[in-house]
Amino acid sequence: MSVLIYTEINKGKVKKASLECVNYGAKIAQSMGTTATAVVFNADAAQLEEIGKAGASKILSVKNDKLTGADNTILTAAVEQLAKAEGSKVIVFAFDVVGKAVAPRLSGKLKAGLVAGAVDYPVVSGSTLEVKKNVFSGKATAIYTINSDVKIISLLPNSFPVVLGENKASVADTSVDLSAVVSRITVKEIKSSSSGTTVPLPEADLVVSAGRGMKGPENWGMVEDLANALGATTACSRPVADMHWRPHHEHVGQTGIAIRPNLYIAIGISGAIQHLAGVNGSKTIVVINSDKEAPFFKSADYGIIGDAFTILPKLTEAIKKLKANSN
Amino acid sequence: MKILVAISNVPDTTAKISFANGDSEFNAAGVTFIINPYDEWYALVRALELKEAGKATQVTLIHVGLVDSEATIRKGLALGADDAVRINAEGPDAFFVAEQIAKYSKDNAYELVLVGKETINYNGSSVGGMIGGLTDWAYVSLATKLDFNGTTATIEHDIDGGTQVVECGLPMVVSCAKGMAEQRIPNMRGIMAARTKPITVVEPTGNDKLTSIKSFELSKGRTECKFIDENNVEQLVNLLHTEAKVI
Ligand SMILES: Cc1cc2nc3c(=O)[nH]c(=O)nc-3n(C[C@H](O)[C@H](O)[C@H](O)COP(=O)(O)OP(=O)(O)OC[C@H]3O[C@@H](n4cnc5c(N)ncnc54)[C@H](O)[C@@H]3O)c2cc1C
Ligand SMILES: Nc1ncnc2c1ncn2[C@@H]1O[C@H](COP(=O)(O)O)[C@@H](O)[C@H]1O
Repeated sequence: MSVLIYTEINKGKVKKASLECVNYGAKIAQSMGTTATAVVFNADAAQLEEIGKAGASKILSVKNDKLTGADNTILTAAVEQLAKAEGSKVIVFAFDVVGKAVAPRLSGKLKAGLVAGAVDYPVVSGSTLEVKKNVFSGKATAIYTINSDVKIISLLPNSFPVVLGENKASVADTSVDLSAVVSRITVKEIKSSSSGTTVPLPEADLVVSAGRGMKGPENWGMVEDLANALGATTACSRPVADMHWRPHHEHVGQTGIAIRPNLYIAIGISGAIQHLAGVNGSKTIVVINSDKEAPFFKSADYGIIGDAFTILPKLTEAIKKLKANSN
Repeated sequence: MKILVAISNVPDTTAKISFANGDSEFNAAGVTFIINPYDEWYALVRALELKEAGKATQVTLIHVGLVDSEATIRKGLALGADDAVRINAEGPDAFFVAEQIAKYSKDNAYELVLVGKETINYNGSSVGGMIGGLTDWAYVSLATKLDFNGTTATIEHDIDGGTQVVECGLPMVVSCAKGMAEQRIPNMRGIMAARTKPITVVEPTGNDKLTSIKSFELSKGRTECKFIDENNVEQLVNLLHTEAKVI
C-alpha cells in the first residue's frame, strides 16, 4: 500500500530531481497514513544513504545489468513488478526525460491515472487525489482529480528545495525478473551534450540566457563568462538555436525546454509570449535589454536598460567580486 | 508502412487564456485554434517526407475531439496528409485519448504512430508513452531525427545530458521534437485538395476518464520590475544576493 518513488543515479550521484521526489513521496505517504518506498537500480552504499536521508522508509535496491540504460520498455517492466509486489497505490516519478517516458508507459500498463508535471502536494479527498499542475505552458494552473485505483504523479523538477535529514531507511535487496521482457530498441551511439561539467538545463538553479540581441555566435564568450562566474547553465531563445548560433538543446520556451530555475538572466531577448511560456516559472527573472519598451521587462523582477556588450563584462566582474568576498 | 499522426487541437500560441463556468473550463470564445506545433511541424512534416521518399505508403491523421476541430484537421490535410480520422469524443484525459489511438492503430494495421512531444495546452508529454504501454509497442520519446531503412528505424532522441541514436523495428510509437523537420506552409493546391479528402468519424471505445480537471487558475504575473542603472551593476548583484537570495 506504500507510496512508491522511482529514483535514478546520474553521473555517480542520485539525481536532484529524484531526491525532490523522495521528499515529495514521503510527505504524500505521511498524509495518507502509509510509508514511502524508494526504488533504485544499481546504486552503491553512498547513493542509498542519500535516498534514505531524503525521507524514504524503505529502499528497494535492485542490481541488474539490464537496468543501466534509458530503455523505457525495460525500466517500466521493472517498476511495474515492484509496484505490484509492494501493492503501491501511488507511484511518483520526476517529470524529466526518463519520467516522461516511463510514467506514461506504466500508466498504460496499469490503467493508472497520471498527472504529469505536478507542482504542488496532492490533496487527499476520499479515494481520489487532487493535484495541481501547470497548463497552457505556464500561463495557468489546473487542479486535476485522479480517479483510478492506482495513481501516478510525476513531479516537475525544481518545484521544491531538497531537504535531507537523518537516514532511517531499511534497504531491501530486491530482484526483478526481466527474462520475458523483450525490447526492440538497440542503442547504437550515445552523444553527451558538450558541457560535461555544468548542470543540465532542466535541473539548473541558475540560468544565463541570451537572444538575437547578441548579434552573432562570436559574441557568446561574454555570456559564457557570466555563466561561469555564477556557476550557471547557458540557454538561448529559439531564433538563436534556429540560426545555429547555439546548440538546439539550449533552446528554451514553448517549443524548447521549459525551465524554472531560481534565477533566470535574459540578455538581448525581447520576451515574446512563446519564450516566456518556457521560463515564467523561474523564481527571479533579470532582464538586460537596450530597448526600454521590450516586453520582457513586464515579466521581470529586475531590469537593466542598456547595451549588453558593455553591461555583461561589468556584471561578470561584480559577480566575481561577490564570490571572492563571500569565500 | 502506414503512418498514423496524432494531432491535437490547441489555442494559438498568442491566444489570451481565460476560463468560464466558475473557472472549471477553458473559455474558447474568440480563440483561434491551431494544430499543436509539435504535431504539425515535426510529426506531420516528417511523416510526409517519409512518404515522399517512398518509405511510407500512407499518412493518416487521427484526432480525438468534437466536430469543432475539423477546421484544424483540414489544415493537416492541406499540408499533405492523405486522409483523417476523428474519434468523436471530448479529450483531454490523456489515457482516454491514448486508448482510442492505440485501438485504432491496431485495428487498422498502422505500424508507426507519431505524436508530438507535448501539447501546448495540457503539457502532459503523456499520450505517446501511454499508447506504448497499451499496445506493448516500443516507444521512443523526444525524437529529433527519424529515418527508415526498410522496416528498421534509426532514431536520434534526447536522453539525460545528451542524445542517443537507437535502432528499432516496427511497430512503434515515436514522440517528435524540434530538429526532426522544418515547418511547411500549405499552398493553394493543398488547401483545395484538402476540401475533398475524407475525414472518417469513429465513435469512441470505452469511457475511461482516469483523470479530470476540477478547476483552472491563471498564473499570477510579477508585481513590478525594479530597474537598476546600467552603470551600477553592483547594485543588481547586491539585490540578487540579499533581497532575492538567489546567488
Ligand atoms: C509557435 C511558436 C513557437 C515559438 N516557440 C519559441 C520558443 O520556444 N522559444 C523562443 O525563444 N521563441 C519562440 N518563438 C519565437 C518568438 O515568438 C520570438 O520570435 C523569439 O523568442 C524572439 O527571440 P529573441 O528575443 O532572441 O529575438 P528578438 O525578438 O529579435 O529580440 C532581440 C532583443 O534584443 C534586444 N537587443 C538588441 N541589441 C541589444 C544589445 N546590444 N543589448 C541588449 N539588448 C539588445 C532588442 O531590443 C530585442 O528586444 C516561437 C514562435 C512561434 C510562432
Ligand atoms: N485529443 C487528441 N487527439 C489526437 N492526438 C492527441 C490528442 N491529445 C494529444 N495528442 C497527441 O499526443 C501528444 C502528446 O500530448 P500530451 O500528452 O497531452 O502532451 C500530442 O502532441 C499529440 O500528438
